[in-house]
Amino acid sequence: MAKEKPDLVYGTLDMLILKALQHEPRHGLAIADRIQQISQDVLRVEQGSLYPALYRLEAQGWLKAEWGVSDNNRKARYYRLTAAGRKQLAAEKEHWSRITAGINRVLAST
Amino acid sequence: MPRFRAWFCRLLGLVRKQSRESEMNAEIQQHLDALTERNIAAGMSPKEARNAAARDFGGVEQIKEVAREQRVWKWADEFLQDLRFGARMLVRSPGFSILAILCLTLGIGTNAAALSWIEGILIRPYPLVAHQDRMFALNATIRGTEGYKGLSYPDLLDFQKNSTLFESFIVDKITGTTLSSGDRAERAVGGMVSANYFDALGVRPILGRGFRPEEGTGRNAHPVTVISYMTWKNRYKSDPDIIGKTQFMNGVQHTIIGVAPEKFHGTFIGYSFNFWVPTSMQETFDNTGYKLEDRGARWIEGYAFLKPGVTRQQGQAELSAIAKRLENDYPETDRGHEISLLPLWKTPFNAAGGISTTLGITAAVVFFVLLIACANVSNLLLARSLLRRHEMTMRLALGAGRRRLIKQLFTEGLLLSLIAALGGIAVAYWSRNALVLAFPPSVPGITIDYPGSMDWRVLLLSIAICIGSTMLFALMPAVQASHVDLSGALKSEGAGVIGGHGRSRLRSTLVLVQISLSFVLLAGTGLLLQSLQRMQNTSPGFLTNNVIVSVVDLFSAGYKLDRAKIFHTQLLDRVRALPGVESAALTRVMPFSYNPPSSAPIEIDRYQPAPDEQPNADYVQVSEDYFSTLGIPLVAGREFTRNDDEDSPRVAIINETMAAKYWQGKDPLGQRLKVKDTWMQIVGVAKNVYYETKLEAPRSFFYVPVRQNFFVGNTLLIRTRETPGAITNALSREVHALDPTLAPYAADRLQEQVDQRGYTQRLAATLLAIFGGMALFLAAIGLYGVMSYSVSQSTRELGVRMALGAGVRDVLRLVMSRGLRLTIAGVVVGAAAALLLTRLMGNLLYKVSPRDPIAFGAALIILIAVALLACFLPARRATRVDPVRALRI
Repeated sequence: MAKEKPDLVYGTLDMLILKALQHEPRHGLAIADRIQQISQDVLRVEQGSLYPALYRLEAQGWLKAEWGVSDNNRKARYYRLTAAGRKQLAAEKEHWSRITAGINRVLAST
Repeated sequence: MPRFRAWFCRLLGLVRKQSRESEMNAEIQQHLDALTERNIAAGMSPKEARNAAARDFGGVEQIKEVAREQRVWKWADEFLQDLRFGARMLVRSPGFSILAILCLTLGIGTNAAALSWIEGILIRPYPLVAHQDRMFALNATIRGTEGYKGLSYPDLLDFQKNSTLFESFIVDKITGTTLSSGDRAERAVGGMVSANYFDALGVRPILGRGFRPEEGTGRNAHPVTVISYMTWKNRYKSDPDIIGKTQFMNGVQHTIIGVAPEKFHGTFIGYSFNFWVPTSMQETFDNTGYKLEDRGARWIEGYAFLKPGVTRQQGQAELSAIAKRLENDYPETDRGHEISLLPLWKTPFNAAGGISTTLGITAAVVFFVLLIACANVSNLLLARSLLRRHEMTMRLALGAGRRRLIKQLFTEGLLLSLIAALGGIAVAYWSRNALVLAFPPSVPGITIDYPGSMDWRVLLLSIAICIGSTMLFALMPAVQASHVDLSGALKSEGAGVIGGHGRSRLRSTLVLVQISLSFVLLAGTGLLLQSLQRMQNTSPGFLTNNVIVSVVDLFSAGYKLDRAKIFHTQLLDRVRALPGVESAALTRVMPFSYNPPSSAPIEIDRYQPAPDEQPNADYVQVSEDYFSTLGIPLVAGREFTRNDDEDSPRVAIINETMAAKYWQGKDPLGQRLKVKDTWMQIVGVAKNVYYETKLEAPRSFFYVPVRQNFFVGNTLLIRTRETPGAITNALSREVHALDPTLAPYAADRLQEQVDQRGYTQRLAATLLAIFGGMALFLAAIGLYGVMSYSVSQSTRELGVRMALGAGVRDVLRLVMSRGLRLTIAGVVVGAAAALLLTRLMGNLLYKVSPRDPIAFGAALIILIAVALLACFLPARRATRVDPVRALRI
């Protein structure tokens, strides 16, 4: 089964991928770059583990993939967020903030 | 939606596996190339850059494998893989495969055949009739009493007029006529039906038309008839110009207006109708008078079709409300009368009711056969899983999960049962009417049509049975096989040591189940055969073998009462004069006939009934010599004579039960009895006999002279040592001499009539015998398999014993005792189960206790004998073990 890198919170990769695709379609490497860049290098995605996650999301109908040409004129597979994917992202964000809020409250207690 | 999409994508992935694979490779390669390029741009050498990229990316092949699991419909992929593998395994051991498939085919095939038959009777008993799911039998009853009472015609019209939830009501009253051809007359069964009959059923005549609405009205106004396909074909030689020709029935020329389709037999379970006439002709076909305007005359049998979407409860509520109103409006005829809707298989007025116990037994029995077949296949799989232990161990050692292993074995099982199900359904399809052929013949002259139909329900059930039986037979061995103790199995590999203890116990349990199920079936068969025997041996109280029955149907021939009286008197004289005839008599209803005897409220001189008691008795009209012809002894008084006619005082003969009940020890001779405002003097007391079936309890019954209560239709009883054939010929001549247009029915022994009433019992016994034999055969195979397997497994042990001096006798005893222990355990369990189950057959058993020792004993002996044989063959093989070779293994 797919196992995410330990420096990524388990189960959050899907959400991060969806988020990275929020504004424009990207190919695999660009998604990894994007996550690393926004998180200011806190979150490093193991490049390879991206693909099982991408295929899973595609199979769920949250992403749509098509071949395109990358900036440096290479053939690349671009992933685009579908409407269902957008809904899923919202749901996961909501879920995440509830969990983290809960955890924070626990940690903040004396 | 997303779920469906995912499913679809994966399915697509499955189909386009090849292109998906190359797409994934290209994508990952592209990613690696991009990373490498970036590294080169950062100043690495190409080789360094490639290595760094690979490091960053992670293990390419592992990731691809994980990715594949995400994108392909993994389960289906594995399933196909297992299927391919399973097919290969089946082909590799054809002996096993064929045996297993045969067992399952037998199991699934019998179930599919029996189901199609049961389904046909339960859900769609009438071929070609549309909307049988909305068709219900109208059950008319009287509050607080049991039994079907019939509907009156005016009531039926009121139900039709006042209801809104029903599409139609149809009348279908069984009737008959006599069609003569040459010097033999034949009974033709027909239906008096409402004019909307064919339209409501959606049955379109292949020639001519059905009835028009106006043909349902007017007293005897529309002598028209629709004939059945068989009548058209046999009687009219498929005459294409039949429409418009006439047929003489019950004294009236009927115009043939239509020919029903070949498969349509009418709407009466158990009978195939020859013709239909509109209800307006009721008086012509009913010898008890005109009833269409009589609200008190309850004679109609019929059905109602609900409108689409209306539930039975809603329809029922509406009918009950109308019935309540009728009770208020017509209290003198309708008080207490109720009506209910029954599903077709519970129809109260045809053979549906009598067959339901038999259907239940059939369903249970074929299920037992399936269980036994499954146990056999389970055993085969267990034996084979031992041979495949090496493979299983290898798979586990290489990292296959137990679940995966179970799934694979399960798929192999499913493959087996799928093949068997296809075979079984094919067998069932070809043999769906063969089951009916195995039935004992029913009433002569009347075709029985129990349609076996294969429709989606049967197919669906067969598939469910297929999957269910896979669960039954494949799951246990699969779980067992997956529980290989890795280290143990690897260590003992090649040493040829007996399989795990748990496994042999499982196999023994399976055989035990088979034996106990067979025991239940055998005991049940024994009980039914015995009650059949008892029924056959029980005397009905009158002679049956030397009494011959025939009918000259004067009613159908249009005779009126006076003419009929003369005819019957003359015929009786002529028959008595025939050589070989000892005596002859007339009766309105012969014993054990389909028609019930008359029944009426009675009044008795000097008998004061209890306040809520209405004395009631059945009676029959008989001629002089009736008692001597049938050999019924009179315990007091005299028999009727020729002089007991209209000009002499009314008389009656009562039976012993009636004498005991109403005269309580006093002499009833000379006392009086009143029926329908007529006082009759009792001149004799007859011994009790069975009147309708041998199952009935003793009841009050009396006889009145036919000459004082004449009917047009009578049955002739002839006591003779001649054969029925000879009597028929002689009778034909005499009838012909009296009236050249008439012919008698083919004569038959009274015994035949008596036998027919035990039909349900014979049917059940036949079914149980067929399936019980099948079950026994399968169980014997199972026992044999287990015994020969355990012998082959203990070759070493036996070798040691023989090397140490054990003789042939000792080895035989050792092996046989193991098999017999198993058998006895199975018999004990089976006997316990049988004691519980046979009680359910109560109403099929006749003078036999459900725990009859003879039936149980016979089952025990048969099973032990079969078990001995099944154990003996492997045991003998065991004695031929060569100790030297056995020890070397």
